[in-house]
Amino acid sequence: MELFIQQVINGLSLGGIYALIALGYTMVYGIIELINFAHGDVYTLGSFFSIAIIGLLDASGRLHGVPLLLVLAVALAGSMILCGIVGVLLERLAYRRLRNAPRLAPLITAIGASFILENIMQLWRGPSPIPFPSVVPNVTWHFGGVNLSSNEVLVVVMALFLMAVLQIFIYNTRLGKAMRATAQDRDAAQLMGININMTIALTFFIGSALAGVGGFVSGIYYGSTWFYNGFEAGLKAFTAAVLGGIGNVAGAMLGGFVIGMVESLTAGFISDQWATVAVFLLLVLVLIFRPSGLLGEVLPDKV
Amino acid sequence: MATLLELRQIDAFYGRIQALHGISLRVDKGEVVALIGSNGAGKTTTLRVISGLLRPAHGQVIYEGQDITRLSPDLIVGRRLIQSPEGRRIFARMTVLENLQLGAYTRTSLTEVAESLEEVFTLFPRLKERINQKGGTLSGGEQQMLAIGRALMSKPELLLLDEPSLGLSPLLVQTIFSIIRDINKRGVTILLIEQNARQALQIAHRGYVLETGNITMQDTAANLLASEEVRAAYLGGSVKAS
Ligand SMILES: Nc1ncnc2c1ncn2[C@@H]1O[C@H](COP(=O)(O)OP(=O)(O)OP(=O)(O)O)[C@@H](O)[C@H]1O
Ligand SMILES: [Mg+2]
Repeated sequence: MELFIQQVINGLSLGGIYALIALGYTMVYGIIELINFAHGDVYTLGSFFSIAIIGLLDASGRLHGVPLLLVLAVALAGSMILCGIVGVLLERLAYRRLRNAPRLAPLITAIGASFILENIMQLWRGPSPIPFPSVVPNVTWHFGGVNLSSNEVLVVVMALFLMAVLQIFIYNTRLGKAMRATAQDRDAAQLMGININMTIALTFFIGSALAGVGGFVSGIYYGSTWFYNGFEAGLKAFTAAVLGGIGNVAGAMLGGFVIGMVESLTAGFISDQWATVAVFLLLVLVLIFRPSGLLGEVLPDKV
Repeated sequence: MATLLELRQIDAFYGRIQALHGISLRVDKGEVVALIGSNGAGKTTTLRVISGLLRPAHGQVIYEGQDITRLSPDLIVGRRLIQSPEGRRIFARMTVLENLQLGAYTRTSLTEVAESLEEVFTLFPRLKERINQKGGTLSGGEQQMLAIGRALMSKPELLLLDEPSLGLSPLLVQTIFSIIRDINKRGVTILLIEQNARQALQIAHRGYVLETGNITMQDTAANLLASEEVRAAYLGGSVKAS
């Protein structure tokens, strides 16, 4: 029982990170039907940016003078903005021209963009794991045999909070409505006076900024990263998005938590090696029995 | 009357297929102009060019005296040149209210938008009853009302209507046409595309006939209604008393 609760806690924090990444996949797919393969690398960039910003503040000797919370806020905001900009640039430079091209073209471009980002990160910080500055004190609480750390709480709270904000944004603001309209019918959205280029760029910005948050919290949570980190995490987050119903924001959140839970319960009760297998097995099963995902609507034939 | 919209020598292509061959037409302020023609003649293409959804290869679109040929669709909507597209194109996963709000996307005054909403509900009481229903679950006729209502939410100066009566019951067709006439009486200029050529010409002031991407006739609606060629091709032979 204690093991079960412990693995649920682990699963929730893992799931929170997957969910943050999955939101970007699902938002971009929802609006331009593109599987943005470079998105996992934008998440890794989020960790890299966070490390760089904390390092910068530390190197200039200010870290000890500046309240820790402020340093973290600057790193988080910086990571979000920089990742957002990377996402917007990807859309502008790589995907926009291909918006009306056959579907394979942007997909291959996205894989290419992924390689480019990975190589840039490798050139920047080398091929080995990079430690995340351990500036955040990780407090652990013990409840019987169950441990709960402040980092785990941070990940889950952050993920849930941002998802709530995103939900409110999408359903209750003018720009959020413009995003949904553009996702449903691009021409009709233009006939409403919506600037779809701006709306699509905004979607990339928000999705990438959320990956930036994922990169920040995962850096704190795991304590290190490396240039290739986003490959597997991205694949699992993509699985989460498909599981929840690709294009569906609430589905991506649910999918993220389900994937995290499956992974950690498999690791706890069967073995570590089977965790990833279980995740992709689940994906296969969902695709067979419920191709539109858990919360997905049945869409006309796409992909 | 002042010219509101003018197309000059428009050529438009889909890939290598030419859909419009140097067409020119004019809509004056306050008019209802009908654009009739058979399937594939290029009517929808003409509206796509006007709204900026399709760049013409050649020619100009002049609106309120200004060249809008290269403007993006959202900026054209900002000038209150509004299109209600073929097939209605309702946002199926959004509610009736959200669809109407999107129609007012470019407007800034919330009180004016609220006024327009009341006007639309007066025109289409049915929409008010379905305010929180998803667009995709409305009947065809209700969707058409929503499409027109949504276009009116933008307070159009010029309204482009692409086959508003398509797929509606005869009774509803009558209703839609009388509403179009009503909208025009309130000062909205209308360019109307219709398969239902007789009805369209009955409420129009002038009309154009489009055949395989060429304007082949243009005249007052009354003259077109009386013309032998138009009768034979678009009115199913002899004119019935109506
Ligand atoms: N997206 C497209 N790609 C290629 N050709 C197209 C496309 N859209 C329209 N066409 C072609 O352009 C021509 C004009 O089409 P358009 O839709 O303007 O006709 P229409 O007069 O509106 O017909 P309908 O009464 O059937 O709506 C047709 O020959 C059509 O096949
Ligand atoms: Mg048409």
